[in-house]
Amino acid sequence: MLEIRGLTAAVDGKPILHGIDLAVPTGEVHAIMGPNGSGKSTLSYVLAGRDGYEVTGGSATFDGEDLLAMAPEARAAAGLFLAFQYPVELPGVGNANFLRTALNALRRARGEAELDAVQFLKLARVEAKRLSMPDDMLKRNVNVGFSGGEKKRNEVLQMAILRPRLAILDETDSGLDIDALRIVADGVNALRSPQSSALVITHYQRLLDHIVPDRVHVLAGGRIVRSGGPELARVLEEGGYASVVADAA
Amino acid sequence: MSHAADPLAPVHAVTQTPYKWGFTTDIEMDMAPKGLNPDIIRLISARKNEPEWLLDWRLKAFALWQAMTAPEWAHLHHPPIDYQDLHYYAAPRKQAGPARLEDVDPELLATYEKLGIPLKERAILAGVEPAEGERAPVAVDAVFDSVSVATTFRATLAKAGVIFCPISEAVREHPELVRKYLGSVVPQGDNFYAALNSAVFTDGSFVYVPPGVRCPMELSTYFRINARNTGQFERTLIIADAGSYVSYLEGCTAPQRDENQLHAAVVELIALDDAQIKYSTVQNWYPGDAEGRGGIYNFVTKRGACRGARSKISWTQVETGSAITWKYPSCILAGDESVGEFYSVAVTTNRQQADTGTKMIHIGRNTRSTIVSKGISAGRSDNTYRGLVRIMPKAAGARNHTQCDSLLIGDRCGAHTVPYIESRNPTAKVEHEATTSKIAEDQLFYCRQRGLSEEDAVNLIVNGFCKEVLKELPMEFAVEAQKLLAVSLEGSVG
Ligand SMILES: Nc1ncnc2c1ncn2[C@@H]1O[C@H](COP(=O)(O)OP(=O)(O)OP(=O)(O)O)[C@@H](O)[C@H]1O
Ligand SMILES: [Mg+2]
Repeated sequence: MLEIRGLTAAVDGKPILHGIDLAVPTGEVHAIMGPNGSGKSTLSYVLAGRDGYEVTGGSATFDGEDLLAMAPEARAAAGLFLAFQYPVELPGVGNANFLRTALNALRRARGEAELDAVQFLKLARVEAKRLSMPDDMLKRNVNVGFSGGEKKRNEVLQMAILRPRLAILDETDSGLDIDALRIVADGVNALRSPQSSALVITHYQRLLDHIVPDRVHVLAGGRIVRSGGPELARVLEEGGYASVVADAA
Repeated sequence: MSHAADPLAPVHAVTQTPYKWGFTTDIEMDMAPKGLNPDIIRLISARKNEPEWLLDWRLKAFALWQAMTAPEWAHLHHPPIDYQDLHYYAAPRKQAGPARLEDVDPELLATYEKLGIPLKERAILAGVEPAEGERAPVAVDAVFDSVSVATTFRATLAKAGVIFCPISEAVREHPELVRKYLGSVVPQGDNFYAALNSAVFTDGSFVYVPPGVRCPMELSTYFRINARNTGQFERTLIIADAGSYVSYLEGCTAPQRDENQLHAAVVELIALDDAQIKYSTVQNWYPGDAEGRGGIYNFVTKRGACRGARSKISWTQVETGSAITWKYPSCILAGDESVGEFYSVAVTTNRQQADTGTKMIHIGRNTRSTIVSKGISAGRSDNTYRGLVRIMPKAAGARNHTQCDSLLIGDRCGAHTVPYIESRNPTAKVEHEATTSKIAEDQLFYCRQRGLSEEDAVNLIVNGFCKEVLKELPMEFAVEAQKLLAVSLEGSVG
């Protein structure tokens, strides 16, 4: 599904990614771990097409299509979703209105009929309930005044409603309490299917207890320095990054 | 797609606002010769069969105007206006004053049809709500250049005792009301543009709502400037008698022309005890092209007097048009416990300049005012909020809350906030909050990541920014205003 080859990227002229090779086959969940500042968020922004994140070499394809040539909204329409490490506030924009606009934009792009406000609200309420989120989250303005944990849950709600084929979760587990962590993991697991994949960026083994990944990659200094099965996360938890990073150097 | 190093690159692109109301109407006009002098004023007065007192009133205004100079304090730049190079009267020839709808020139009806203004009264059944998707009936007074060409639903309104007619007609039919209130809020010598208007005003709407009456429908006036080199000087006078309520809407457009056109209106509102006036404007005059050629110069004096106790006047405006806007809808809160409100969205793009705001003059005890101003600037435009809150010595317990937010799209536009606060009563409380923000790159990216196009993302963010103001507009107008915002900002990013 996602194939990244020799990807290098710079931010403000400063090289951050130094050659990423990574393949996430359809139906698999991969985890990316790595020290602060190693380039995890940069990779997710590059994949989602954020302006200012300049690709300087390599390639990334999504279902064989050149992902890097597409506008951000076209990537979203193709099925890519990014749960932001720092979700953005949109003052005055109602959460439900925002989500319906987004869902309908995606449906339009896919040639599906748009949902009216009533149909949408029905769907949104079901998903909110599944994630144990109070209905009034839908009425509030997008992320405005949300606690850190609420923002993360709101990202998962959006993911549940937009049903991406490739979800990239950038530290969605950070700042969540134990119950919320479970809910977020359930949300990701609910989307797990032979047709969809996920790339889960995290610092903690505990999330991977709930979302058991097919592969774990370690990103350090803008490169993937180690890849392995779920057990790699446990090794990291015990020995810290020093063991694997030093290993790879 | 290029990953330019500048994350704000998409907002640098030049604005290209397509103005959809720029067509002209080809119609035979009765025009006064260019120029302004007592003879022209006599001609206007004669054309309108005015009584002697009104001609004298105009001539006095003219004398005052001659001794005045245009204000220069506003944050606006334009070449000097040659007041002798304008026509002060232009009327469609076939039309001698407003008549029955059937008598209106079909060319004119077609014009308003094209503008989406309903001049045909649809049959309305008493007590029947309009079906979904259908417009609720609105009574319309259509002013074309210097004259009112049609006023709809007059019979329905008359049944409720509401007078809604062109002011030229009110001068003849209801002289006692006009004489009592005309100029009582905005005197002839109030300011340069008000004096000019008082001397040469040609038409506009008149509304009187009798005591205790809730006006049964929204009233609206639709202004259209068509003729070349013509100034439009309309005069609106609205009186809400004790315990009455009226909601009034004003809309305007003008053809696309290379030269600038002058619009200098005066609006006077009077609310007596417990009366409420809600005045909403969606101003969409031709703003000029991307280079700043053409467009309307909009110099307007709007003022409401809350004369009665517990009366309330509420101004809501969405300003997207005009090359230059100079406009400060104000409230004089004389009655005890009276309330003034000002909700404004002002959008400037390309080379547009807007200097707008409000004045709240607190005279009575426990008077309250609320100001919410949202300025949006794009392109190379300049947007200034100028607000005065004055608390007079007797206004014990007066309260004002002002919130003034500016949103910048791109980095070649400007936003300025100029609050003046004068409090002469120690028990008064005045609060002022101001913010300036940009449509942040991360907001746009967040929306686009969810699948929204850049334009949809900007619209969503802009509408969110204006929400507090848009919700004050009557439902149908709010929808129109949202569309207008979208059209105005089309192409300002991406
Ligand atoms: N605009 C920028 N200018 C310069 N350096 C930047 C910029 N944005 C990011 N960086 C740098 O790029 C590196 C990678 O940042 P990134 O956010 O991708 O790290 P991360 O792996 O997600 O870290 P964390 O675990 O803390 O979230 C960091 O050293 C960061 O300081
Ligand atoms: Mg990060």
